[in-house]
Amino acid sequence: MRAYTPKDNVQKKPYYTDRYWVAPQVAKHEVSSDAVFARDLEAISAKFTVLEAYIQVDQMVVIINAEDNFGVIELMKNSLEYNQLSELSAIDWLAAEGKFEIFYQMLSMSKRKRVRIKCKIDEKESIQSVEKLFRSADWSEREMYDMFGIVINNHPFMKRILMPDDWEGFPLRKTYPLQGDEFASWYEVDKIFGKEAREIIGPENRDPARVDRYDTERFARLGHEVPRGADISQGEPDTPLVYQESEGVFLIEKFDAEKSVVISDRDR
Amino acid sequence: MQQSNRLRPFFENITFDRADNEMILNFGPQHPSAHGQLRLMLHMQQEQITKAHPDIGYLHRGMEKMAENMIYNEFMPTTDRMDYIASSSNNYGFALAVEKLIGLDVPRRAKVIRMMLLETNRLMSHLFWLATTALDIGAMTVFLFAFREREYLMDLIEDYCGARLTHSAVRIGGVPLDLPDNFIPDLRKFLDKLPENIKDYEDLLDSNRIWLMRMENVGVISTEMALSWGCSGVMLRASGVEWDIRKEEPYELYDEVEFSVPVSDKGDNYARYKLYMAEMRESSKILYQVLDMYEGTQPALMAHAPQYISAPKLDIMTQNYSLMQHFVLVTQGMRPPVGEVYIPTESPKGELGYYINSQGDAYPYRLKLRAPSFWHTGILTDLLPGHYIPDVVSIIGTTNIVFGEVDR
Repeated sequence: MRAYTPKDNVQKKPYYTDRYWVAPQVAKHEVSSDAVFARDLEAISAKFTVLEAYIQVDQMVVIINAEDNFGVIELMKNSLEYNQLSELSAIDWLAAEGKFEIFYQMLSMSKRKRVRIKCKIDEKESIQSVEKLFRSADWSEREMYDMFGIVINNHPFMKRILMPDDWEGFPLRKTYPLQGDEFASWYEVDKIFGKEAREIIGPENRDPARVDRYDTERFARLGHEVPRGADISQGEPDTPLVYQESEGVFLIEKFDAEKSVVISDRDR
Repeated sequence: MQQSNRLRPFFENITFDRADNEMILNFGPQHPSAHGQLRLMLHMQQEQITKAHPDIGYLHRGMEKMAENMIYNEFMPTTDRMDYIASSSNNYGFALAVEKLIGLDVPRRAKVIRMMLLETNRLMSHLFWLATTALDIGAMTVFLFAFREREYLMDLIEDYCGARLTHSAVRIGGVPLDLPDNFIPDLRKFLDKLPENIKDYEDLLDSNRIWLMRMENVGVISTEMALSWGCSGVMLRASGVEWDIRKEEPYELYDEVEFSVPVSDKGDNYARYKLYMAEMRESSKILYQVLDMYEGTQPALMAHAPQYISAPKLDIMTQNYSLMQHFVLVTQGMRPPVGEVYIPTESPKGELGYYINSQGDAYPYRLKLRAPSFWHTGILTDLLPGHYIPDVVSIIGTTNIVFGEVDR
């Protein structure tokens, strides 16, 4: 019987897990341990609901409700001196809880502090764009849409950015296989030659190590050379290997180690 | 097999017969000055650009997806393929992020070697930038000069790790090798000669009329625009923001070395050019100090953390338990604690950040690569309108984008 693979997460799994092993945690510290972060958090929680806040690896993480995202980032930009949105993306938690987690990585140059704002949305839910506040969100939100299929409200140019416009599926979801899905394997054939050429060309194989032993049309033969397109399904002829160089190559003298000059010290 | 009607070019939402006399020009993706696979859709009124749409994704390999399906050490060679002009800085950013996740401290000699690698990579990247940008603008001599110097550095790196372009010269927890005997004297020889070389480039370019016309007051980025677009590195410092992660949030030994951060408030191409030249001088200043630090460090190169890092080769070959641990770490991979980190480093292009979300597995649950060039390409949308066609080439040149990094 074939081993069962869960359909909601096709990512690679470790083949061995120790059932007594308990994963350690990266330490989370109280926000009150840092005066600057504590003041920022106070300003945020005065206006918005803060679900959780802690400091991890010197950066404050604030978890908020998804509908507050624009307001919180606007507050951080205008009153708390966080002047750059360095990164924005999502994490796929669909298999575990049916949600996406979105994080905004912010930087304050005057305070030399970094804060991560996080919120969760449902699979079909959309989120407000922060492009009005930071232009950098224009491209990161497009990338997020491209990779996860999270729709952004009020975005000026909601289009795929890395994948082709007519692509199907969202590559960074855990349900998307690493080697591409059915659509991906036919995409280039359909696009360039048309669906009717599918039988002639066959699906694109994304295994980089694959070599078809009997395909003498597209691959150089390893070992015995045969003419292009020869049928070798019944075995291949025994061709002795002949090296062109055995008699010396035309125009090239034999290398004489005695006569050569070795430059040992280069002038750098 | 191929039908002639199928391979018709495909233009998205573009019509060519427009009433307003606007022309649409496709710049790239095969343009030699597009620094890789950049396609720009430019709306033009005569020679002037009214609208620009950068189109990226031609080099998209899905590195973030690959990372989710690899053990941590396995992903290291993939990071080489991001900014392949200075690959050690990518390796380093990833190694540092994982070390912060684990909470690991690296031996001092490894730190010194990493500093040398990072700064030689910065020099290589800046020399490459100078060479290609000068070539785009037509200065062939500078191209040859700068490539000559870069070649020496590539030879040095080759002496260290055996590779010239994709180094993988940093490991999680340290570095794999000690410096070869010739490394320090050779690097010193190179550094002694570098000021002359930089002076040569500047003599050729600084007051060159053509260079000035193509660079001065072209591609001006205001401070607000640079901040809003998430610019970093030289792109940000040329626009008047003094922000260098090496200085402000020091990692490795940057708090022990003395260097200054060149800043300009002009924001144009010429300012960025001057900053690249100044940064090369600063890099060589850092390298001189780091060369002196090497002497007197203990020989250990990898951190001691048997749960995450394989023991030294001697232990593996002589002690059974070390061999078992090594076997598990190679076949199953290390399992960092549950948690998340975002670690920024100052790569030659700007802020290179790694966001890692670990769920205690051998594979990262989510890894986001924050590559500076992505936003430096995005800013072209707002930067190009109002400029003319020849300016596009010099602006793309000074943004210093690398497509391995933009598309990942």
